Amino acid sequence: MTLIASSIGRKLIMALSGLFLIVFLTQHFAINITSVFSEGLFNEISHFMGNNPLVQFVFQPILILGVMLHFTMGFVLELKNRKSREVRYNSYKGALNAAWVSRNMILSGIVVLLFLGLHLYDFWIPEMDYKYVEVLPLDPDRYFDELVHKFKNPVRVGIYVLSFIFLALHLYHGFASSFQSVGLNNKYSKVIKSITVVFSVSVPIGFVVIALFHHLTAF
Amino acid sequence: MNLTLKIWRQANADSKGKTETYKISEVSPDMSFLEMMDMLNEELIEKGIDPVAFDHDCREGICGMCSMFINGEAHGPDRLVTTCQLHMRKFNDGDTITIEPFRAKAFPVIKDLTVDRSSFDRIQQAGGFVSVNTSGNTQDANAIPIEKSNADKAFDAAACIGCGACVATCKNASAMLFVSAKVSQYALLPQGKVEATDRVTNMVNQMDEEGFGNCTNTGACEVECPKGISLENIARMNREYLYASLKG
Amino acid sequence: MALDSKIPRGPIADKWKNHKSSINLVSPANKRLIDVIVVGTGLAGASASATLAELGYNVKTFCFQDSPRRAHSIAAQGGINAAKNYQGDGDSTYRLFYDTIKGGDYRSREANVHRLAEVSTNIIDQCVAQGVPFARDYGGLLDNRSFGGVLVSRTFYAKGQTGQQLLLGAYSAMNRQIGRGKIKMYNRHEMMELVVVDGKARGIIARNLVSGKLERHSAHAVVVASGGYGNVFFLSTNAMGSNVSAAWKIHKKGAHFANPCFTQIHPTCIPVSGDHQSKLTLMSESLRNDGRIWVPKKLEDVKAIREGKLKPTALSEDDRDYYLERRYPAFGNLVPRDVASRAAKERCDEGFGVNKTGEAVYLDFAAAIDRYGKEQAHIKGLDENNAAIVKKLGQEVIRAKYGNLFQMYEKIVDQNPYETPMMIYPAVHYTMGGVWVDYNLMTTIPGCYAIGEANFSDHGANRLGASALMQGLADGYFVLPYTIGDYLSDDIRTGTIDTNLPEFEKAEASVKAQMKAFVNNKGTHTVDYYHRKLGKIMWDKCGMSRNTKGLEEAISDIKILRQDFYKNVKVPGTTSEFNTELAKASRVADFLELGELFAKDALERNESCGGHFREESQTPEGEAMRDDENFTFVSAWGYNGEPSKAKLQKEQLDYEEIEVKTRSYK
Repeated sequence: MTLIASSIGRKLIMALSGLFLIVFLTQHFAINITSVFSEGLFNEISHFMGNNPLVQFVFQPILILGVMLHFTMGFVLELKNRKSREVRYNSYKGALNAAWVSRNMILSGIVVLLFLGLHLYDFWIPEMDYKYVEVLPLDPDRYFDELVHKFKNPVRVGIYVLSFIFLALHLYHGFASSFQSVGLNNKYSKVIKSITVVFSVSVPIGFVVIALFHHLTAF
Repeated sequence: MNLTLKIWRQANADSKGKTETYKISEVSPDMSFLEMMDMLNEELIEKGIDPVAFDHDCREGICGMCSMFINGEAHGPDRLVTTCQLHMRKFNDGDTITIEPFRAKAFPVIKDLTVDRSSFDRIQQAGGFVSVNTSGNTQDANAIPIEKSNADKAFDAAACIGCGACVATCKNASAMLFVSAKVSQYALLPQGKVEATDRVTNMVNQMDEEGFGNCTNTGACEVECPKGISLENIARMNREYLYASLKG
Repeated sequence: MALDSKIPRGPIADKWKNHKSSINLVSPANKRLIDVIVVGTGLAGASASATLAELGYNVKTFCFQDSPRRAHSIAAQGGINAAKNYQGDGDSTYRLFYDTIKGGDYRSREANVHRLAEVSTNIIDQCVAQGVPFARDYGGLLDNRSFGGVLVSRTFYAKGQTGQQLLLGAYSAMNRQIGRGKIKMYNRHEMMELVVVDGKARGIIARNLVSGKLERHSAHAVVVASGGYGNVFFLSTNAMGSNVSAAWKIHKKGAHFANPCFTQIHPTCIPVSGDHQSKLTLMSESLRNDGRIWVPKKLEDVKAIREGKLKPTALSEDDRDYYLERRYPAFGNLVPRDVASRAAKERCDEGFGVNKTGEAVYLDFAAAIDRYGKEQAHIKGLDENNAAIVKKLGQEVIRAKYGNLFQMYEKIVDQNPYETPMMIYPAVHYTMGGVWVDYNLMTTIPGCYAIGEANFSDHGANRLGASALMQGLADGYFVLPYTIGDYLSDDIRTGTIDTNLPEFEKAEASVKAQMKAFVNNKGTHTVDYYHRKLGKIMWDKCGMSRNTKGLEEAISDIKILRQDFYKNVKVPGTTSEFNTELAKASRVADFLELGELFAKDALERNESCGGHFREESQTPEGEAMRDDENFTFVSAWGYNGEPSKAKLQKEQLDYEEIEVKTRSYK
């Protein structure tokens, strides 16, 4: 109980939920990238993910919980942190001693959260509606078309690209930072930092590529 | 050198406070920052203005008493120094320098640039010690050999001077670097391991109670720390705390 | 009344042991009924507070800083001595005792010094148990280094921050007791007056520096651990807040002040850079383990160096005068501090000073860098003749040993000491003199104790390096907590002392009047103006070299300055707020009295011994000459209305164990 109430415990929750979301992001990316080179494979995986009871009723709730935990705790911590310095500095040069990304996790986080809202509105809600509200017949081949359809609108694509940039910024600090929060800072930290750079740049770029690919190839 | 100083003036803990501007001339580049402040105060007293109150004592960078936020940075623009060891040669003729107190909810202002850092003392009182009586009947100092690398790391952590620059500079006013330095020192030594669980739990609880913010791993504290205390200590404390929590 | 030093009878090695077993004790149940006040939280005050609280006394501890951890013991760099003989180089309790007596130029009390040497080993054990991170070797055992005036390696250290680590150890022991409620800690409080009731110390008047409020605190005993008075010189290595006030207040209430003129001028400090200077910075004596001190042999080289036309590194070995090695071949660069300081002054007085002011000599690490570099190159199997490799490796060794000191030097002077020799000059560092105490560390006021640098007892006329930390912790951890019980055993039925007694009222009223007088004095000069003037008189006339004429002038100059101070000092603000100038004013007022007594004592002691050098008393070669026949005593001054009327009482020093000899380091 004390663990959750304490500052370090809350950091730990941020870190663990963050790492969990990174894992989710990785698999999400792995699935989506298939849409670039194989419509069939993409449909197949999507159908499995959308209809496998384990994924739907165990993993999905855990994911929702993880997301909620991550951003709720993020806001809780941010509020506490703001209260820790009631009178602000007139002159504060944070850029001289810390990276922009590390100081603006709340900003990048909010952008990603807003994006998540849009993303759920685009895909998840229609999906839930299809499966559980209207209970339409199973159609293993519909996913690719739905995807492509969404990326026709250039505004949406623009928002997605912008959001991925913020996701990159969020990951750029968050990935390595999670390891520090769970207490890992040793000779392997340099390796973790390198992985962080590679991951936080390549995965969001990958998503951008997917979005642009479908936007440009759709007709 | 001629300088313009924008200094936070606040009569006492309850008053509002505001920034005042003062001009100062004939500052020598060999002066320390505090000697420049001494010079300003001499002039203010002669003009019948209340001198600027600021904390200072040893003036050789070890007591940790001096505590100014200069031009947006704790202890000013130089690295690995306290304000008393910051020299005016780091500034240019004609500069405007903004001087503010260390700001944090847990460091309330007493007057002008003087703040109350007794929250740090209370954290130490919660567990920053080894429970051994000073009877003189302890075992021989060489009875337990300590691996040199651990002894050196313990020393590096123990070099913290408790100035509060980490808190002042952290965007969240977090005291993690300070607390972790003490936790690490003892965690790395066999003498301190015995009470490691209670120590980290009690110190972190006290830290939270004092109203410090959370660590978001920006690393600013490590950069601004006049003694170069490493972020590794924070990771170690996270580990120690996690272990202590699981152990119950 | 004759001074009774209460030295126990018996052979020197048994005195402390026998004394401990024969003095009165207070039972654990009764300790709860007894209050003790400790003023100051340096090594002595913090360790005493912690130990007294552990024993069960109710302790109230005061410090003027914002936290007990800031006390100036924190700035001690080099190390702490202990007769552990871990190096197997022939050290022993007796040798530490002997070195300390000899180093003090036979002006300290044998019994106290022997006790100090005895408990020295306990200190190291204690500190390690507390988690003090001393330097260790690769085998995991404690490392040692050598300090001035001795021929063994007995100094334990934690890089150049030994004082900090020891103080934080004592502070942590205190914190444990504060957490348990056994110590009540008063930060930002200054002791303003001692309260004496029926001839016994029964409390203090303290000023809360934040609110300005005067507070009455009562106790059954008062321990003054307020450090030394080096700041009477204005420029010293002491902290800005270090002051004599607590010691001086008890002196004025009846405690004798001993050997005020015994001041240590430390040979290796960063030279003064200009009039703006507010304090001086020490470069640890440990640097003399590896640094060689020199000035140029030829005056024309000196001139060229001062003008910036010649670099010191360009001067050939033949053109350098390693004057300590030349004059004192046996101890070389590791002669005691007083000897090294005078030798530096002698060279600079002859015109060989190497900076613009002519008051600096070189401390050169090039030879050590070369030596260590070759050693490392050999170990690592690299080319020992490759200058670049040797230099790099050598610098790494030096960095590991003294890194923080080198960094500090570079920040202050703006020169890289790895590349060019450091410039150093002597500066006031420590005061061996202080409040007179008996063997139990009690002053001449019953129930009032003085420990650490605040007392006079262990270092004679000169303190050896790394012995101040040893004495502070010895007094606080292992001596006072025993001896104070002997006195307090009479107080178990006294009950709490009432702070409404007329003595408290009177003491508070006098402090209040002085504070009011300061802020109401519409003067013209700041407190610092007077402090600087006092410092200049002290340095010029009571500094490294003293003579009758100068001392007589100093006495009258200080008196005049003091009168001017009370008439013309300007203290802004009010008494009921955080007023740093007011705090400073009351401290400088005490320095202005002490300074006069200092000069009077120096005048009275017409011999040279240790740090006290009288020009009238020197050998033809310019070495200090003691006058054992007439001056083998402690000068204990009793207050008598004003400093000039102080009455001298002499405590004869009997050397039973050690033969008094001319001190030679040649």
